[in-house]
Amino acid sequence: MEFKGRVWKFGDHVDTDLIIPAKFLNVSDNSVLASNCFADLRPDFVKNVQRGDIIVAGSNFGCGSSREHAPLAIKGAGISVIIARSFSRIFYRNAINIGLPILESEEAVAGLSEGTVLFVDLVSGKIKDLGSSEIFFSKPIPDFMIKIIQAGGLVDYIKNHGLLNPA
Amino acid sequence: MTPQMTITEKILASHAGQDSVSPGDLIEVNVDLALANDITAPLAIGVVKELGANRVFDPEKIALVADHFVPNKDIESARQAKTMKEFARGYNIKHYFESGESGIEHVILPEKGLVLPGDLVIGADSHTCTYGALGAFSAGVGSTDLGIIMVTGRIWLKVPATIKLVYEGHLRPWVEGKDLILFTLGRLGTAGAVYKALEFSGELIKRLSMDQRFTMANMAVECGAKNGIFEPDDITHAYLEHLTDRKGSFYYSDKGAVYDQVVNINVNEIEPQVAIPHSPDNVRPISEVDPVRLDQVFIGSCTNGRSEDLRVAAGILKGRSVARDTRLIVIPGSPLIYKQAIREGVLEILLDAGAVIGPPTCGPCLGGHMGVLAEGEKGLSTSNRNFRGRMGHPKSEVYLASPAIAAASAVLGRIGAPEEL
Repeated sequence: MEFKGRVWKFGDHVDTDLIIPAKFLNVSDNSVLASNCFADLRPDFVKNVQRGDIIVAGSNFGCGSSREHAPLAIKGAGISVIIARSFSRIFYRNAINIGLPILESEEAVAGLSEGTVLFVDLVSGKIKDLGSSEIFFSKPIPDFMIKIIQAGGLVDYIKNHGLLNPA
Repeated sequence: MTPQMTITEKILASHAGQDSVSPGDLIEVNVDLALANDITAPLAIGVVKELGANRVFDPEKIALVADHFVPNKDIESARQAKTMKEFARGYNIKHYFESGESGIEHVILPEKGLVLPGDLVIGADSHTCTYGALGAFSAGVGSTDLGIIMVTGRIWLKVPATIKLVYEGHLRPWVEGKDLILFTLGRLGTAGAVYKALEFSGELIKRLSMDQRFTMANMAVECGAKNGIFEPDDITHAYLEHLTDRKGSFYYSDKGAVYDQVVNINVNEIEPQVAIPHSPDNVRPISEVDPVRLDQVFIGSCTNGRSEDLRVAAGILKGRSVARDTRLIVIPGSPLIYKQAIREGVLEILLDAGAVIGPPTCGPCLGGHMGVLAEGEKGLSTSNRNFRGRMGHPKSEVYLASPAIAAASAVLGRIGAPEEL
């Protein structure tokens, strides 16, 4: 699975309240959630984000509340992949479960800046800055998680393949 | 030789049907109780329906609690609550709770005897880790995981390594479980325990009441932890005695259990702690916190909305008044706690002091309703998160502290300690 898009850069500890504030949690509709993504933190995000864009963030991305509405809002807004130094535990599971690819890479986060156009190969974990041609690598994602993402999420995976057995 | 395990590893092994597990193992476990609320359940219900399941794995092992936006704050949240209720009735979910039977999920489930030592509880709410106070393994997940558990009764987990926290010494006046967990958060940081278990131990912990243990386990997730856990003891046993006939399984960590880290904390010098905006690990002792003027003080939430918390607040507010330009909002965590506070005269003391008492709800903690902050306002809360915009406008500020500090601050109209009254 390969992606190409522009970088939106975020800092450390972006919590799920910042990704989708609780005032928008009275609905479960993906498009409504998407239209309020990062509403307080970056009001320009929803206006300017383009399908395929990539979030590059620091440590502990998605910490705090378990709300799955957070990765749903990000995916619904058109983000193709999130690269962060690290993710919070619940956000990590949620993102994979809804089929939103996420990668952990210390070096890519350090080397990439806002607006850069990237090429990302999910399976090899290769990240290429198309401006400078610099190449970064991320931690490989376990095989069964790649399969979930390829299916479009855990529900679709189960519908196609039956129950999951990662061990 | 039998492998030496922690309490967390033992509970996970028993639910995976294995003799032992080690940190990093991917295991599949049976879930004793699966939990969701009015925000997370609708998405999970969507998953159940999309999988085409016309029944759940066990209608007695699922709890659905209307607590976040109840009493329903608007038409949209009313629709979400209705979705949950219709599902609960249609799928014969035994433990569905709303209005007078309900309250904050992590407060009422232990009260109703639905969580016992040794249980494995998974909830679509990050503060599901609260039940570790009872010696159970409990962790938060998202709605997709929860929806699949509702159908299968199972989930895959990675066995976490454990950080052992050893608390020794004697607590100073007005220092509570909340101060200990805030202090610990200050030490570990919000990412200090990501993917790990926290095990609360030491001589001091053995003397700590259940209410204070719930407060500490509740905020384990604020360090990024998967679960926080206490070894059950006589205090746990006494708490459970009249709640249920089920016995539970009391697990203890082996002497030779392997820990990722052991952190020793001497509590003798710990003052009441305050978390400064905008992160719960941004913690200072009260003596080093500016006397910030407060527009609102909130006492409640799954962290500090229990009887002992209300009693501490009433002890400080008795015969005193809330400062003129400060709002004090008190929300008992459950109908049982509400009734107890009436019986003990706690609510009358709080009302006389000028507090407003709300019905059991998560409400203000997440900026939902019943106590939302305006632009530029500053609030002090006994809840668990002070992220930017958490309790209202993105330009409002939230300080976190114990019920004692909250009550004293409400009287002072600024952040302060009971000794100043």
